[in-house]
Amino acid sequence: MACKIIFDRPESMTETITHYCPGCTHGVIHRLVAEILDELGLRERAVGVAPVGCSVLAYNYFNCDFLEAAHGRAPAFATGLKRTRPDLIIFTYQGDGDLASIGIAEIIHAANRGEKFTTIFVNNAIYGMTGGQMAPTTLPGQVTTTSPFGRDVANVGYPMRMRELLSALRTPAYIARVAVHTPRHIIEAKKAVRKAFTYQNEGRCFSMVEFLSTCPTNWGMTPVEATQWVQDNMVPYFPLGELKTPEEEQDAD
Amino acid sequence: MAKVLLKGCEAIGEAAVRAGALRYFAYPITPQSEVAEYLVRRMPEVGGVFLQAESEVAASNMIFGAASTGERVFTTSSSPGISLMSEALSYIAAAELPCVFVNVVRNGPGLGGILPSQGDYLQATRGGGHGDYKLLVLAPSTVQETVEHIMLAFELADQYRNPIMVMADGLIGQMMEPVDFSAAPKPNPPDKSSWATTGAKGRKPHLIKTLFLSPQLGEEHNRKLAAKYDKMRANEVRYEAYNLDEPRKVVMVAFGTTARVCKTAVDALKKEGIEIGLFRPITLFPYPYKPLRDIAERNEMRHLLVVEMNMGQMIEDVRLATSDRKPITFYGRQGGIVPSPEEVVEEIRKLL
Repeated sequence: MACKIIFDRPESMTETITHYCPGCTHGVIHRLVAEILDELGLRERAVGVAPVGCSVLAYNYFNCDFLEAAHGRAPAFATGLKRTRPDLIIFTYQGDGDLASIGIAEIIHAANRGEKFTTIFVNNAIYGMTGGQMAPTTLPGQVTTTSPFGRDVANVGYPMRMRELLSALRTPAYIARVAVHTPRHIIEAKKAVRKAFTYQNEGRCFSMVEFLSTCPTNWGMTPVEATQWVQDNMVPYFPLGELKTPEEEQDAD
Repeated sequence: MAKVLLKGCEAIGEAAVRAGALRYFAYPITPQSEVAEYLVRRMPEVGGVFLQAESEVAASNMIFGAASTGERVFTTSSSPGISLMSEALSYIAAAELPCVFVNVVRNGPGLGGILPSQGDYLQATRGGGHGDYKLLVLAPSTVQETVEHIMLAFELADQYRNPIMVMADGLIGQMMEPVDFSAAPKPNPPDKSSWATTGAKGRKPHLIKTLFLSPQLGEEHNRKLAAKYDKMRANEVRYEAYNLDEPRKVVMVAFGTTARVCKTAVDALKKEGIEIGLFRPITLFPYPYKPLRDIAERNEMRHLLVVEMNMGQMIEDVRLATSDRKPITFYGRQGGIVPSPEEVVEEIRKLL
């Protein structure tokens, strides 16, 4: 009986071994994006925009054209690219410090203009690369190096829910939040990534998929503890699912 | 084609379109918002794109992204906006992408004012952003020359894969003058397919980045950039020597609008039989050190008068050029005040 390969590395990924920490879910998210680029046949038209943060080196792992933006500026960068070459498939890959803190103006305005690119937003509730500082998404009471007594919401406010914030804009968009801490969640997440890139490929709208991700190193947990922490702490504060689709009837006000 | 009467800002926009720059991202700021107001109508006529960004930070990063495709792209702004764009300028220079930035300089520091100034000389020539990078900086003195510089800037940007700055000022931006486009060269962009990020179809992926975690690679990249800037120093120095065919006792040094005022002062004194020279740097980087040194070292040359619309910035380069071997006097106006030819003449009389 002839053997058939049923699982392999996507063509959109390189063979480079990632620098990510054990238990970090960047690798899973990279793979989901790569699988969708393969399955939709987009790799040869794809240009990725890397952020500043742990995933700044994403371009070592994706087998497509890639650029490295300044911190937080990826949505402006992608706007320039897409407006110049609408035939290309553009995606930004950004962490929570990059997107929700230093780059919040750029993401809000790109979404509001309905820029036809896709944002992969990786929310792990902490700054990873700089060594575990408080992020706009750090949970109430969460201990980080700059909130050593736990995030005090009376002093620094509540964690920002970017899916909810961007979904409040009237401009049509596809905006969803997913997680990758269990196989079931990974399957659901892939569906959202497929939709996001499909909408872009059809020239429909801006699309963002927010991923709840782990950071065992800076959370001070084992990989298994970290996945449990996503389920117990992040999912209740950051509800999963689609919040906005371009099919929705727009308010006629 | 006959001359057309255009406002400086409109001429900037039209010159870019004729240079084949059909991607323009910008944020409004006085005294140059008319560039966007002109191009929002003009770009659709030529299949181009204008997008109003949410900030100068975003506009300059849109340029960064757009330039990576290899298309000719540009933005325009004025001093406070250029400060915000300096982050992107550092990145774009590091990433070696061609593009053009126009600074219609207004007075500063801070919010300053909306009137003409040359207070961004050091920002333009010394960096503004972080790290060891250089912009090639062109300083036009008339609307016509601004048009020519814009067109030249796109050629130089492509040639050197570097951001080029055209440094005008509020006077040039707001003034109407006759402009002749008939000598405009046909846009001649080189093939950029060896590096542009336009999709890895039938080739290996292209990567545009500025991060070098290895100290060896980081130094290597800086050496490569430095070699490019040296090439600019060797090949791109531009200046005008006015009434300097013979040695003069007093030579003025001025650029841009101020040089134009000084030229009027030279002509006025000539009528009285007093011969004064004017040295006008056209490239602020690379600065014409050697030609200025040669003029200053003439035995007959007794005094240099540096005139600027700032509190003394280019004078640092004049001192570098001449090694302080001849006395240098500075005359500057700020706050948006353009010096009159008469007051420049009075300054010269003090030195005679």
